[in-house]
Amino acid sequence: MRFGVLQFPGSCDEVDALRAAERVGEAELIWHGDRDLRGADAIVVPGGFSYGDYLRAGAIARFAPAMESVIEFAREGGPVLGICNGFQVLCEARLLPGALLVNANRRFTFRQLELEVVNASTSFTRACVEGERLSIPAKHAWGRYYADEQSLQMMHERGQVVLRYAAGQNFNGSLADIAGVCNEAGNVFGLMPHPEHAVDQLTGGSADGLKIFQSMRLAVDGAAV
Amino acid sequence: MSAAAAASTLPTLQDALALGLTADEYELVCEKQDGPPNVLELAMYSLLWSEHCAYKHSKKLLRTLPTEGRYVVLGPGENAGAVDVGGGLACAFKVESHNHPSAVEPFQGAATGVGGILRDIFAIGARPIAVLDSLRFGEPAGESGTRTRYLLDGAVSGIGHYGNSIGVPTVGGEVYFEGPYEHNCLVNAMALGLAERARLVRSAAAGEGNVLVLFGASTGRDGIGGASVLASAELAVGDTSAGSDSDKRPTVQVGDPFEEKKLLECSLELLQRDLLVSLQDLGAAGLTSSAAEMASKGEVGIEIDVERVPLREADMEPFEVMVSESQERMLCVVEPGNVDAVLALCEKWEVGGAAIGSVTDSGRVRVVAGGVQVGDMPVRALVDDCPLYDLSPQKPAQPVYPAPAATLAAQATIEQTLLALLGCPNIASRRPLFEQYDAIVQSRTVRRPEQADAAVLALADGSALAVSIDCNGRRVAADPYRGTVETVLECAANLACVGAEPLGTTNNLNFGNPEKPHIAWQLAEAVRGLGDACRALAAPIVGGNVSLYNEGATGPIYPTPVIGMVGRLPDAHAAGNLGFAREGEEIALVGPFDPSADASELAKLRGEQLPDGLAEVDVAAVRGAHVAILEAVRAGAISSAHDIAEGGLAIALAECCLAGGIGARVALGEEFWQATARAAPRLRALSPAGERVTAALFGEGPGGFVVSGPSAALGELGERATVRRLGRVGGDALTIGGDDQLSLAISLQELALAHASLEELFS
Amino acid sequence: MRARVLIRPKQGILDPQGEAVQRALPALGFSGVANVRVGRLVELDIEEAEQLAPMCDKLLANPLVEDYEVQLLDGSG
Repeated sequence: MRFGVLQFPGSCDEVDALRAAERVGEAELIWHGDRDLRGADAIVVPGGFSYGDYLRAGAIARFAPAMESVIEFAREGGPVLGICNGFQVLCEARLLPGALLVNANRRFTFRQLELEVVNASTSFTRACVEGERLSIPAKHAWGRYYADEQSLQMMHERGQVVLRYAAGQNFNGSLADIAGVCNEAGNVFGLMPHPEHAVDQLTGGSADGLKIFQSMRLAVDGAAV
Repeated sequence: MSAAAAASTLPTLQDALALGLTADEYELVCEKQDGPPNVLELAMYSLLWSEHCAYKHSKKLLRTLPTEGRYVVLGPGENAGAVDVGGGLACAFKVESHNHPSAVEPFQGAATGVGGILRDIFAIGARPIAVLDSLRFGEPAGESGTRTRYLLDGAVSGIGHYGNSIGVPTVGGEVYFEGPYEHNCLVNAMALGLAERARLVRSAAAGEGNVLVLFGASTGRDGIGGASVLASAELAVGDTSAGSDSDKRPTVQVGDPFEEKKLLECSLELLQRDLLVSLQDLGAAGLTSSAAEMASKGEVGIEIDVERVPLREADMEPFEVMVSESQERMLCVVEPGNVDAVLALCEKWEVGGAAIGSVTDSGRVRVVAGGVQVGDMPVRALVDDCPLYDLSPQKPAQPVYPAPAATLAAQATIEQTLLALLGCPNIASRRPLFEQYDAIVQSRTVRRPEQADAAVLALADGSALAVSIDCNGRRVAADPYRGTVETVLECAANLACVGAEPLGTTNNLNFGNPEKPHIAWQLAEAVRGLGDACRALAAPIVGGNVSLYNEGATGPIYPTPVIGMVGRLPDAHAAGNLGFAREGEEIALVGPFDPSADASELAKLRGEQLPDGLAEVDVAAVRGAHVAILEAVRAGAISSAHDIAEGGLAIALAECCLAGGIGARVALGEEFWQATARAAPRLRALSPAGERVTAALFGEGPGGFVVSGPSAALGELGERATVRRLGRVGGDALTIGGDDQLSLAISLQELALAHASLEELFS
Repeated sequence: MRARVLIRPKQGILDPQGEAVQRALPALGFSGVANVRVGRLVELDIEEAEQLAPMCDKLLANPLVEDYEVQLLDGSG
């Protein structure tokens, strides 16, 4: 199992994502200018401020050469995880429905949060059980999830709402307390909280985030068998 | 204006005075230049001979500070100091002020303050791993409230904007609200970095014929004159009006953390590939300062062609190019054969790079525009020959600071007092501030804000760094010597609470106008205290910064020697916590804590004038308590440790309850007072009894810790330090009893509500 | 030619920045303020005006959550 972690100018959490992925498999960084994903089995689009978040978070990064390859990889069914800024990039690239808007409190906010697993059957949550609570930190200024009502309805019906903020935890004002969503095919997943920062009790306050990476490993290895 | 024209219209003494030089200094410049300097030369001298660059009123004092010790790798003089942290690694760290720019435009002032201190760190080849900040504003309520909120909001957003965007965690900090900062806020930022010890790089230029490469952002008119106009003169009287603030805005630098992130990665990769001879960041006074410093340290000359500097604005004068404070730029010396490789790497990271000059053996800084010389100065004259001034310290006969307005009724009950203190701006939870900072990026943060007294950062070998920044300006104002000693002790106490021993210290001396005898006295006494305390703790000064002339319309700021201290603990997993942990465990007061209400937060709420002097500190006894605490934490013997600071014992107890989410039942009974008679004779002698109880609960002073743990562990601790048992952890309220007069119970919920008072500043 | 693109949050989408401004103005003595929306302004020189719409759809605005308005300015700018 081999993870490729994208690196844009302005990425901040790419090394954290790399180290987290290395706990469950092999992992390497992929420079934004490279089209070659070097045989990665799964892609992580990491957090940070790609291209300074100028214009709109993720708006410029989604046109990077590496992202063109990631879009193709995703269309062929390859698993893609977008974290925070990576989630924004995947929404901008239309690999995921909806958009991320400025937090309702207008501020960058860092908090350890409780999330609820809504759908435990995806390639990103199969190491969890439905209704399980995960303690994972979030840190962002543009994390208010938005999709129009019709899309929301469909997403709920199709199980695309994967994670939601537990009661009282939704500081950014996301619609329906949505913290993480997947695409219709279930192979692209984005979330605002940072699972790569919750892989070790010592520095993460919990190791619950590791389950996201373990799930990806299960999904890839399962598919390979 | 052409270069020739610039040379033909020489500036006058009046111009020199306007740029901040004195008449004598101007005369000395003329002597060094063998005649009157031209515009560019005068501009460069005025900056390098400013207080900000030349430390002309503080250098003689700074020379008295201890700078050597077993862990020191780089001392003062380089871009940042560094200490050995084992495993072949060095930790670089430094604190720097951006006070005056922040008073004019708090968001950009604070943001570029963070940007500047980060560049200092990676300029010596270290990857920045943490930022801390130290902020001072006027009172958030009353007349000054609106402006305080504007400055606070701007500064906090600016720090967050820069640190968050560049991927360096902001792991700690401190903020105080006091009247004397109303017209002159303080924004100090500290950064830490890690490097392989063997790969630290210095800034001395070397090698005649080597090429000078400027890389990073392009050069514009930002901050022209910033160093001398903004950083070295008192802010004009009445400058708080919107009009004069706006007038100053054009000279304020704008920060771009995205550019700096690329610059950081590019710089570290250049060093990793051994492509650089030396490296220097561009800070105050831009190219002028960087080029002159590099030449001075290497004892060489430098030639710069301003026409080869990539510009953001057309038609910039040569002197403007030389003094521009455009942010996110670095200057390096490169062997000719490596220039192409350096520029290629700049291209990879999408940062601009240009060869703008060369190293010479002339011992002069020569500036040309195209082929024409526009300036020529001896390096030594620029860097070393600025006159240093002796201070004329004199202890003021009258109080310098007015008494604060009383906000707590004299007949307030103990319960009312406790809640008022817990909710007062200097003690209330800092959560609304630190929640705006990413404290965890880079996955090193073992203790986040409000989890422990110091931030703790894990190292790869299983050990950890601890870092604390502190200064209680009110106590320094009451007694500059002892107040500064207390500040250094408090930093070390914070480190002890997580199990760390100090390795080194940095400082930012924020003071008023040193040409005034009473300010000179504050400065001299504070530096004396700093030196004595750092020597006693074996925590030498490895770098720092001085910010003088911090005065507003109503007088000087409190003397504010901000201290940053870095320590190490052998096992990251053993790092201490401040919150009570387990029901039934015993709580004790540890250390020679002998508090008084003088100069305390309570005295402020009561509207009391500052006392003339603080009680003497037994540094050795306090140090002994630190060692006992840090060893107990390292051994895992105790469950929590918290240094007693503002608000005294009662507030420390409340903070331990809130951090742990569990109550406590304590009593100041007969046993406590008997122990106090031995450990704290001053407190025991207080009368009447009501005052004694108030001082015991809310009085302040160094050398006190609130500790919780198993009874046996506290017994063992008692063999190393004074231990006064207070009660037990448990319940959902803080209960304090003792005799008939003392009996209170406040629920955790009520405590939390009071503690959350700062939230409304950000709503 | 010089063009100006105004980008603002779509009607019905919460605009916390607009709301903050709307709350702040009365506090400063400006009354009768309603419906404040805070957006972005992009100015650019372009050769072909037809390119503006696709440019907005693809990069400058996010049509899911933002409306945009193009203004062509006189002269070459």
